[in-house]
Amino acid sequence: MASNTKPTTRKAAIVGGNRIPFARSNSKYAQASNQDMLTATLDGLVARFGLQGKVLGEVVAGAVLKHSRDFNLTRESVLGSKLSATTPAYDVQQACGTGLEAAILVANKIALGQIESGIAGGVDTTSDAPLAVNDDLRRVLISLNNAKTMQDRLRALGGFRPGMLAPEIPRNAEPRTGLAMGDHAAITAKEWEIGREEQDELTVRSHHNLAAAYDRGFFDDLLTPYLGLSRDQNLRPDSSIEKLAKLNPVFGKGEGATMTAGNSTPLSDGASAVLLASDEWAEAQGLPVLAHFVDGQTAAVDYVHGGEGLLMAPVYAMPVMLARNGLTLQDFDFYEIHEAFASTVLATMKAWEDPAFCKEKLGLDAPLGSIDRSKLNVNGSSLAAGHPFAATGGRIVASLAKMLHEAGPGKRGLISICAAGGQGVVAILES
Amino acid sequence: MSDWYRDFANSGFGTTITKQLGLPRPGVLRRYEPGGPLLPGTAVIGSAGEGRLRDTVSAVLKDAGVTVQSPVTADGASDGGKPAAVILDATGLSTPGDLTAAHDFLAPALKRLRPSGRVILLADPPSDAASPAQAAARQALDGLVRSIGKELREGSTANLLYVPAGAEGALASPLRFFLSGRSAYVDGQVVTLSAATLPAAEDDEKPLAGKVAVVTGAARGIGAAIAKVMARDGAHVVAVDVPASGQSLAEVANEIGGTAFQLDITADDAPQRLVEHLRERHSGGGQGCVDIVVHNAGITRDKLLVNMDAARWNSVMAVNLQAQLDITQALLDADGVLNDDARIVCVSSQSGIAGNRGQTNYAASKAGVIGMVRAWAPVFAERRATINAVAPGFIVTEMTAKMPLGTREVGSRLNSLQQGGLPVDVAETIAWLSQPGSGGVNGQTVRVCGQSLLGA
Ligand SMILES: NC(=O)c1ccc[n+]([C@@H]2O[C@H](COP(=O)([O-])OP(=O)(O)OC[C@H]3O[C@@H](n4cnc5c(N)ncnc54)[C@H](O)[C@@H]3O)[C@@H](O)[C@H]2O)c1
Repeated sequence: MASNTKPTTRKAAIVGGNRIPFARSNSKYAQASNQDMLTATLDGLVARFGLQGKVLGEVVAGAVLKHSRDFNLTRESVLGSKLSATTPAYDVQQACGTGLEAAILVANKIALGQIESGIAGGVDTTSDAPLAVNDDLRRVLISLNNAKTMQDRLRALGGFRPGMLAPEIPRNAEPRTGLAMGDHAAITAKEWEIGREEQDELTVRSHHNLAAAYDRGFFDDLLTPYLGLSRDQNLRPDSSIEKLAKLNPVFGKGEGATMTAGNSTPLSDGASAVLLASDEWAEAQGLPVLAHFVDGQTAAVDYVHGGEGLLMAPVYAMPVMLARNGLTLQDFDFYEIHEAFASTVLATMKAWEDPAFCKEKLGLDAPLGSIDRSKLNVNGSSLAAGHPFAATGGRIVASLAKMLHEAGPGKRGLISICAAGGQGVVAILES
Repeated sequence: MSDWYRDFANSGFGTTITKQLGLPRPGVLRRYEPGGPLLPGTAVIGSAGEGRLRDTVSAVLKDAGVTVQSPVTADGASDGGKPAAVILDATGLSTPGDLTAAHDFLAPALKRLRPSGRVILLADPPSDAASPAQAAARQALDGLVRSIGKELREGSTANLLYVPAGAEGALASPLRFFLSGRSAYVDGQVVTLSAATLPAAEDDEKPLAGKVAVVTGAARGIGAAIAKVMARDGAHVVAVDVPASGQSLAEVANEIGGTAFQLDITADDAPQRLVEHLRERHSGGGQGCVDIVVHNAGITRDKLLVNMDAARWNSVMAVNLQAQLDITQALLDADGVLNDDARIVCVSSQSGIAGNRGQTNYAASKAGVIGMVRAWAPVFAERRATINAVAPGFIVTEMTAKMPLGTREVGSRLNSLQQGGLPVDVAETIAWLSQPGSGGVNGQTVRVCGQSLLGA
């Protein structure tokens, strides 16, 4: 059960962040591993804030798609970085919620006074995704390995069939339903009657907002170029409704299918990291405080048997967190709703506006209400930037903290991220 | 980057060949190494007329543990073997006739000068002379030092310091620089000192300890070398470069324990963003946030003037000149940001002095830099700060490594030292101008060109 009162603790400060530009799958970062990208991202953060040789409280990060060699990924990345080798680290994994969950973990330890500083991050590659040996071949190899005599070995090899060479390729599909995430989202889109045009509009806005943010230099201190890329590769500054309208739907079936490769996030590669600290630590290091991490909440829905959409968990997490903080959905200056699919963002907002849904599913007397769209994803989001699963949380936390800082003290920002497995993470930042 | 020809010319076989064929014989330059001696041997001090700087010079040498030997006599006899430095105090010159003494002292001493030796002439500036004859004698040294530079071999250099009355106290830092390996590629230069209030002696190994230094264009090339030398000398370096160069910028910053600040210096709000960054990150220590600013970022967009479009002209002007003006002005205007005794060093170029075919835009911008520091010097002097320019000649970088062999070989040999300089040579000169003790060098343009034939 979520707690509905807040213990008195200090709030963790967000000092700043760093990410590498996000690349399209099998492109610029095709040769880079999770560890390469996470290490480069940490080093960019170290350079930005002069953390060379420093011992931080901890580094917490994770990846959704991992190789077995990604064992202890975060700690290995720390060891390869310019941070002190005595900085502890651990991995977390909560699908697309990984990055934000990592930030909550670090922020909480800072809030409790257990650590003074820490980095939260995430990385993913869909290019260097692990290819597993398929189960039949694995069985042959195990018996071959166990074989003591030449005869045994030949017998074991006799079990080999050429077809076994087909590798097991990881799929972006829910293990329990076998449906691609996009197909799940398409079901929700249909249920909430999310139209094609509004999805394309949201997508165009994401591209235009992100492009404008780059042009204005917004990312100059949030990003470090990597392997020849200095902007997100998926960004299409000239994106338009007309162009998007030409694309055929790829998720959902038949008449009424609305979700295209344009209004869905592409597979991408990248990494992000956020530096959090106590106010005192930041001050002592001569580092700025952009915003504070106020609160976070995770929820999960039963999308298998419970009749709820796979990506609808943030809808449930939100009222719990708002109530705990005595805030309404309208009390924010910026909203960052992760654009897994344009339809997900729209369905999420529609659900919060829907009196029946809010009453029956969320147990609220009144709906949470609507969000001022001019405050939503004002510097672009995943549709334009791309979405290397575990890296999205860090991208959003750092960018939002900077927006709040630019807007001046006392501003509030809200984050909502949906994740595979029917989970969702939401958080509040404040300048 | 290796200089294969220099290495060959200094090999046993190469020495024979180059001597017989009368080919250039570039020496291996003596460069600064932390912890090393100021000079690899003794020094001789001579005078032309009744000079007033001998005591100051002796004190600097004594401080650095350098033995002063008696002057080499006309027959070549000397008590200390071959001197590593020959210093002439010509502050007593009244007439050209007094120059005979200069000749008598220098000729035998230079004959015995060690490789990578240093010849330093000290005199009053001609502009302060009491008579035309005195001005003539003082100005004569200009021609003398430039000719000596051309006659010296094996990596030796000759430079002239004009020391006006009242600036004696400012001599130590320039003198040390020109004696040391830091000035390896500075040759045939004339620097005029001015009176200045200087801080107490600084740590010679870490002369920039505790200083915050901004270096633009620090992601690679000369800027990266400047950042490294500044950090070696004790400064915290704020390494600035365009966002697109961020990956190598971060590598430079991490290597030297500095910080990376991604900024296009030509952006409209760049001066403001730099000021804010310095306020946010570096206030609290002393009175200001930044002690040293090195305007190094620069670009070329070559084309003959008749074919040059406005974009090429404007972009070069924007990076090489306007950004230096705007950022410096913003730092001057922002309260409590630029330390009172700040040091600004602006990178100019040999092209700004000599001109270069196809580089009208570049040469104009780089000449503009020279005018800028001259005009700003009195303003900076009022707050005990300085602003100077450094004009590199042929510097071997990844860029020049890509030049065709012929062009590169010719380009790199057209100077008294018969070789290209290294980024570190430019960096050492800039780091020297940035020292607290260099307060007597203001409004000057120091060429780091091995006494290039171009524009000399
Ligand atoms: N290499 C030589 O032989 C030589 C000779 C004379 C003068 N110079 C001067 O020395 C300086 C450094 O030259 P280099 O050879 O190292 O060049 P370089 O091209 O290797 O490095 C210049 C750096 O400046 C950066 N820069 C360019 N525009 C910028 C902007 N708008 N904002 C921020 N950074 C920017 C570049 O990204 C680059 O990292 C330049 O001013 C150049 O004109 C060089």
